[in-house]
Amino acid sequence: MNARVLFPFSAIVGQEEMKRALLIAAVDATLGGVLVFGDRGTGKSTAVRALAALLPPMRVVVGCPYSCSPDAPAGLCEQCSQPGAKAKTALVPVPVVDLPLGATEDRVVGALDIERALAQGVKAFEPGLLARAHRGFLYIDEVNLLEDHIVDLLLDVAASGENVVEREGLSIRHPARFVLVGSGNPEEGELRPQLLDRFGLSVEVTTPSDIATRIEVVRRRDAFERDQAGFAVSWAAEEAKLRRRLVAARKRLPEIVVPDESIGHAARLCIALGTDGLRGELTLIRAARALAAYDGEREVGLAQLRAVAPAALRHRLRRNPLDDTVATTRVERAIAEVLAA
Amino acid sequence: MSEAARAWDDALLAAQLLAIDPAGLKGLVLRARPGPVLDRWLGFLRRVLPEGMPLRKLPPGIGDSRLLGGIDLAATLKSGRPVGARGLLAEADGGLVLVPMAERLAPGLAARLGAALDRGEVVAEREGMTIRAPARVGLVLLDEGATEDEAPPPELAERIGLAARLEGIPLADTAMAETGRDAILRARTALAKVSVDARTLEALCATAAAFGIGSLRAPLLALAAARASAALAGRPAVEEADAIAATRLVLAPRATCMPSPPEPETPPEQDTPPPPEQTENRSEEGETSDALSDVLLAAAAAAVPKDLLAALAQRGLSRGAASTGKEGAARLSALRGAPLAARPGMPGGGKRLALLETLRAAAPWQGMRRRQGGPRIAVRREDFHIRRYRERSETTTIFAVDASGSSALNRMAEAKGAVELLLADCYVRRDRVALIAFRGRQAELLLPPTTSLVRAKRSLAALPGGGGTPVASALDGARALAEAVLRRGGTPVVVLFTDGRANVARDGTGGREAAERDALAAARVLASLRIASVLLDTSPRPQKQGETLAAAMGARYLPLPYADAAAVSRAVKAMAPAHTARAA
Repeated sequence: MNARVLFPFSAIVGQEEMKRALLIAAVDATLGGVLVFGDRGTGKSTAVRALAALLPPMRVVVGCPYSCSPDAPAGLCEQCSQPGAKAKTALVPVPVVDLPLGATEDRVVGALDIERALAQGVKAFEPGLLARAHRGFLYIDEVNLLEDHIVDLLLDVAASGENVVEREGLSIRHPARFVLVGSGNPEEGELRPQLLDRFGLSVEVTTPSDIATRIEVVRRRDAFERDQAGFAVSWAAEEAKLRRRLVAARKRLPEIVVPDESIGHAARLCIALGTDGLRGELTLIRAARALAAYDGEREVGLAQLRAVAPAALRHRLRRNPLDDTVATTRVERAIAEVLAA
Repeated sequence: MSEAARAWDDALLAAQLLAIDPAGLKGLVLRARPGPVLDRWLGFLRRVLPEGMPLRKLPPGIGDSRLLGGIDLAATLKSGRPVGARGLLAEADGGLVLVPMAERLAPGLAARLGAALDRGEVVAEREGMTIRAPARVGLVLLDEGATEDEAPPPELAERIGLAARLEGIPLADTAMAETGRDAILRARTALAKVSVDARTLEALCATAAAFGIGSLRAPLLALAAARASAALAGRPAVEEADAIAATRLVLAPRATCMPSPPEPETPPEQDTPPPPEQTENRSEEGETSDALSDVLLAAAAAAVPKDLLAALAQRGLSRGAASTGKEGAARLSALRGAPLAARPGMPGGGKRLALLETLRAAAPWQGMRRRQGGPRIAVRREDFHIRRYRERSETTTIFAVDASGSSALNRMAEAKGAVELLLADCYVRRDRVALIAFRGRQAELLLPPTTSLVRAKRSLAALPGGGGTPVASALDGARALAEAVLRRGGTPVVVLFTDGRANVARDGTGGREAAERDALAAARVLASLRIASVLLDTSPRPQKQGETLAAAMGARYLPLPYADAAAVSRAVKAMAPAHTARAA
């Protein structure tokens, strides 16, 4: 697993909206995750994995199961909770944790450490997937096929940034801040509407239909399959450039100004679309801010709002479940009306 | 060469290519009923597989711990620490896994197999362990479906490279190819060096697009097949013959439309709406599609199943509906029982022991118990836990909608409106819905049971009206579907929209008297199966026929003029049972 070469993010052809949404989520990890819905064979999981590989490695306390940052220890594991102890740190790649279908709840939230319990009779907590995903990505393929009770649990943790375990006599809470990325194919079943708007951004992907793009996709993928290392080297410069841009955007994010005018625009857009609650506006503003940081702007303007509005709002429209006018069209229409320059 | 002999040759070639590059091709979807022809093919496959290459059979209903790997309980108890056991997919690494009855594959299992194909490894989080093992396998899906509607789950079939059919091949046509293991071994070593020129790559992409194949996995898999074919023939580069073989085995079976020669009038239709720049693409397509593309198109056209044309013609009429057929049939129960927390209790009486929970409960006490002089692992009665599941009995609402001339005249629009309201209800309850329309000579299943309301809506919108009223055929169809739902442990509810004026008998002939007799007979069968049903009378003035039919069905009778949306919804809701909890 460690030697596996990943398809470079910058080598992904097309799928601009998906790539942008993932990049925005990487700039501001608190956005609430990305839902990618669409056709099969469009490189959804490739993009997520590639993105994590693109991110600069993070510093963690060695041996900490929660990948604690040395600056902000969760204080749960033995290493980080020793007061005054100088913890050894190391740089590790940003984790992408897959949530396989059929994962049991105890693996997701963590459970009693059966090994230590059997061998030493100690009641110790064995962290689950949520702990492993801390500071990284949690990727769920076919999120619409995942059992509902697991999805509920994940969204709850993703929203609160904290995993609370109350089972088998254990009572533990630990930080679990991760970017949740769900993907699925709507033809295979729909996601409960209550879950939809818990995702920060949602994008729709389709297979490219023009021949030239399709040939390019196949050519690159084939080149990659034939010589993974060589392919990665030939894209290394592009990857480095993108990485620098991403790092710069993260650093700049807190300084981005959101003018009152932009907040007004966002509010008007949400009113025109009749989105429920304030989550839509908040996400829209934050996504636009992350994009501004990525674009190298100082403040959020109309361009950013327009660019992220479909992804931030299309899954929040109060919809008649049977009205299949594409939500995207409705958002675009509203953008054209409300955000006319 | 006869059609059957050609199909057999394709199947043999597929077996050889699989032996050369199982993981690159990801496997084969073989449509074949069990029988001597299939046995001969399997015998050939075993003969060409290199020595030591695994060929494992996936037992139906395999559990996750056996498929992906899990905890080895015997070893775990013995050693006092968790010990993992490899699963079937990891054991088959580098080889093939046979999947019998692939058309009945459960969606969850299909998803796990698909994930293994994508990653070339299995990753499982189970029972307190993370299991990760290489599993570069090809799957041989044996599709034993009786009808075209039964097919392996599309999300899995889409990832698998080759497809072949053994249906309709007489045993006399199954001559064995000469190829032996040596040729395969030579090809396996040569495979890495086979080159592909840009022209072939472009032609394969163009051919895939011309046949309306949306997924980009298809041309990539075709490329892998072409390489394997060239390696088999001992060629250093992919040539036309290899590209043709790849087209026949990989692209043609995925065709969703026929290219319209010579200049495509309409762009290849895809499941996604074509973007506006379609015109521009065609000119580009013209540039890349050279003579080779034409050859491939012809090869593919020859290999596309003949009935596709008929199916496509039908699809043209009701596009939304037909695009769904297989998917719906393949997706069985997406909702399984959600496991509840295990609780202390004695196993027996249908309650299964929750072994891990029991061990967990026993674990903290081991030190103490050992001191008292017990065995290495002392599990006591009070540690026992039992498994519990919350089982959701899924409701499938079967709508049978009368689209005949008389109905269409009367209140087709209102009926559609009422169905939509009910669909919205089903959506809220996450029920599954199926849609049968009947008009003309017989009833037609427009939408097999699905939770996708968008598709239900689409099928309904595309519903044409006119023709006779084959009530008997509709009731028969609804009954067959309801029985299928019952067999799977679901609860069917039949909602029949009709004016009750049957005028087409079971055999498709007209005549009011025979038609009504048949309709009543079909209705009584439905009643005898105790299938909950509602009849919504759509005639302008409620007539005797509707009520008589409802009585024969044992159905609730609601004349539509008086039944407002809320009443209809209440009536159907009353039929649908709520969730049930049980210990299993």
